[in-house]
Amino acid sequence: MYRYDEFDATLVRERVSQFRGQVARRVAGELTEDEFKPLRLMNGLYLQIHAYMLRVAIPYGTFDARQMRKLAHIARVYDKGYGHFTTRQNIQFNWIKLDETPDILDELADVEMHAIQTSGNCIRNTTADPYAGAAVDEVEDPRAWAEIIRQWSSFHPEFSFLPRKFKIAVTGATHDRAAVRVHDIGLIAKKNEAGEIGFEVMVGGGQGRTPMIAKTIRDFVPRDHLLSYLEAVLRVYNMLGRRDNKYKARIKILVHEVGVEEIRSLVEAEWEAMQKETSVDLPTAERDRIASYFSAPAFEVLADTDRGFEARRFEDRDFAAWVRSNVKPHRQTGYAIVDISLKPTGGIPGDITADQMDTVADIADAFAVGSEIRATYQQNLVLPHVKLSDLPAVYDRLKAAELATGNIGLAGDIIACPGLDYCNLANARSIPIAQRISERFADLNRQFDIGPLEIKISGCINACGHHHVGHIGILGVDRKGEEHYQLTLGGRADEAAAIGRITGPGFSYDGIIDAVETVVETYLAIRANPEERFIDTLDRVGQDPFKERLYGAKAA
Amino acid sequence: MAAKALKANRLSDGEAVWLSRTGIWETRVTLARVEEDADGIAALEDAARTATADCIVVDAELIDMEIRDGAPVPSKLKERIRALGPTVRLDLGKQAEPESRLGKVA
Amino acid sequence: MALIKDGKQVSDQWLTADADTPVQPDIPTIVPFARFIAERDSLLRSQAEIGVKLSPGDDVAALAGDLDRLKVIAVDFPAFTDGRAYSYARLLRQRYGYRGEIRATGNVLRDQYLFMLRAGIDAFEVTDKTQISSWIDALEEFSHYYQKASDAAQPVWAKRHTTVAAAE
Repeated sequence: MYRYDEFDATLVRERVSQFRGQVARRVAGELTEDEFKPLRLMNGLYLQIHAYMLRVAIPYGTFDARQMRKLAHIARVYDKGYGHFTTRQNIQFNWIKLDETPDILDELADVEMHAIQTSGNCIRNTTADPYAGAAVDEVEDPRAWAEIIRQWSSFHPEFSFLPRKFKIAVTGATHDRAAVRVHDIGLIAKKNEAGEIGFEVMVGGGQGRTPMIAKTIRDFVPRDHLLSYLEAVLRVYNMLGRRDNKYKARIKILVHEVGVEEIRSLVEAEWEAMQKETSVDLPTAERDRIASYFSAPAFEVLADTDRGFEARRFEDRDFAAWVRSNVKPHRQTGYAIVDISLKPTGGIPGDITADQMDTVADIADAFAVGSEIRATYQQNLVLPHVKLSDLPAVYDRLKAAELATGNIGLAGDIIACPGLDYCNLANARSIPIAQRISERFADLNRQFDIGPLEIKISGCINACGHHHVGHIGILGVDRKGEEHYQLTLGGRADEAAAIGRITGPGFSYDGIIDAVETVVETYLAIRANPEERFIDTLDRVGQDPFKERLYGAKAA
Repeated sequence: MAAKALKANRLSDGEAVWLSRTGIWETRVTLARVEEDADGIAALEDAARTATADCIVVDAELIDMEIRDGAPVPSKLKERIRALGPTVRLDLGKQAEPESRLGKVA
Repeated sequence: MALIKDGKQVSDQWLTADADTPVQPDIPTIVPFARFIAERDSLLRSQAEIGVKLSPGDDVAALAGDLDRLKVIAVDFPAFTDGRAYSYARLLRQRYGYRGEIRATGNVLRDQYLFMLRAGIDAFEVTDKTQISSWIDALEEFSHYYQKASDAAQPVWAKRHTTVAAAE
């Protein structure tokens, strides 16, 4: 993974000092809250219901054991002993004090971490495929490009006061595990016919109040021109994006209002004009320097199976079930990708205690090549490179720490935003809905029978819980002072990205749990065969059979 | 006129606070100064402006209150969660301190 | 109002006109963009030195042909959170080769000073209360920059390889 050199280290340290000064000026009354708020947001600091909340960047979801231990330390010393992994591969601490924040940021800088641009109307932390460098279907490792984008976008003098936040996601695989089509810019690394690497550039995706799927504006931008192309998109957006209404300020609205053809021609004209100016593109030497940090680690030459692993799988049903859901094939023979579920039955999605963080760090040190850890937008963790022969030991240690729930991709693997329990923007609670659905489907055998199912819950229309792209999506709203929940079906965030459609009238706090179960039972009753996934059945039959069961025959 | 109290977060640490009768920003909603008439509510609004300008609190806002079992309780769920803590972590927030108990949030 | 240029407070020779303030021959005058477009020929023929004030939404490209006649272009920040003027400044410097003064007006604050400078803005109209010394400190906050902009600073990606080359 990437390591800071003196320049990165200096810049991050200087940013902490700058913020320390800004905090002091705020407390002394030299800055008003209106002046200070955009500054603290660009340092990841929100004010929530109970306290300040600090969102720490995990650039493109990649970190390591040493950094995880620092997060555990911060959770213990500056927070209440836990953290919350988010749907953008970051981690949040919920009980932060403003006057301690500069010290926390200094501690993060000690391990090459920061909270830069994790909020604010700027280019946010770039996200990427969490299986990067390990996935079987990978064409190009997205991490080097995400790091190149991180550096280019950090403290960008032109793009720090955009109309609204701006999120970029990168994947280099055929299966989209980074939800690139619901980002302001989605990048897909690919090879052209000549074998050169470049990027398909999609713009205008997003969730929130007006969900949209991104549209391709260029099939292939040669990799060495990626930054100038991004700069062209950002400049067009900065100059033309709406600033009169914050709900219409994202680039998706601009793309929708002026049309994708017009956006494409504006971006292309801007990009062409830029070619005559001092280039913002990286020279090859620098590209290669950054890429060198992401070259494949020194994998051992191993057999494609391991006797101890196979024996355990044969003898231990729980282990076998965990392998089935949480272990994925690796591009290197004899290795596997291990998903760590942060969704124990009845638990809070994405929450992890400081002790569990330390355990994951210990396991990564002992068994993961390079001590590497990844965070996923599904609010889980990944050990990207683990030997098959180590899987039993990894499982035993995860299980002892209550981190071996074998439900990745199943009904219990629910995405939920913090909702009204923590968030100032929320209209309803999300977490208790997730907890009760997870309890309703607690039986893992039942989850396996149901098969792949993505349930996603947001506590307000901002859609941090990705409800628009859930196979089953739940949106909490406030209806005359009561929590009320709308149900959508058919959303997905992968290469067949789609926005879910609302089923009809919403449900009460208690009724929504039954509604989800009704949807699942309906699917089980009408699926063509046990291999037909929920999302495929829905594609085949449409919403009517589900509506009929939810609302009675008249509704359908 | 609906009963109102003044909530805010303390600037330095973000702690949820309510303006009390003594003019102190208290960490317990049960100590909140509750006003029902125009003059009283105007006084709360004045206090919000002053404390904001003096950099003592941020996000000062009037909230609706009602009396339940003789004690002032915020009307809205969000404000009850602010007064107690997350409903999913009863071990955290003000609800974890016995003297802050308001009863069940939701 | 005070004007900061080259890290110092300087006296401001320019009058900022509105849509119908008369332009007098001996007074350098900044006119709004719309007025400049409407009265371009007569303004450029007048004896006065002319500057133009760009507000967010104005078409900076429309000035491209007249830049050698304009001593000052003011870019307005009605709120510091409206960042369009950063793009205007970069276009003026990098695309259209403008070498005159680009002056930030409006909600101009210390915490955006460095961004503005890097975008190509070189004069700053600030309120009289502004502590100029604190602004100078802002320039010291960062020793490096990750990306190329309108200033002369060498980005980190260039420094990295000059350092390596020098060491070898």
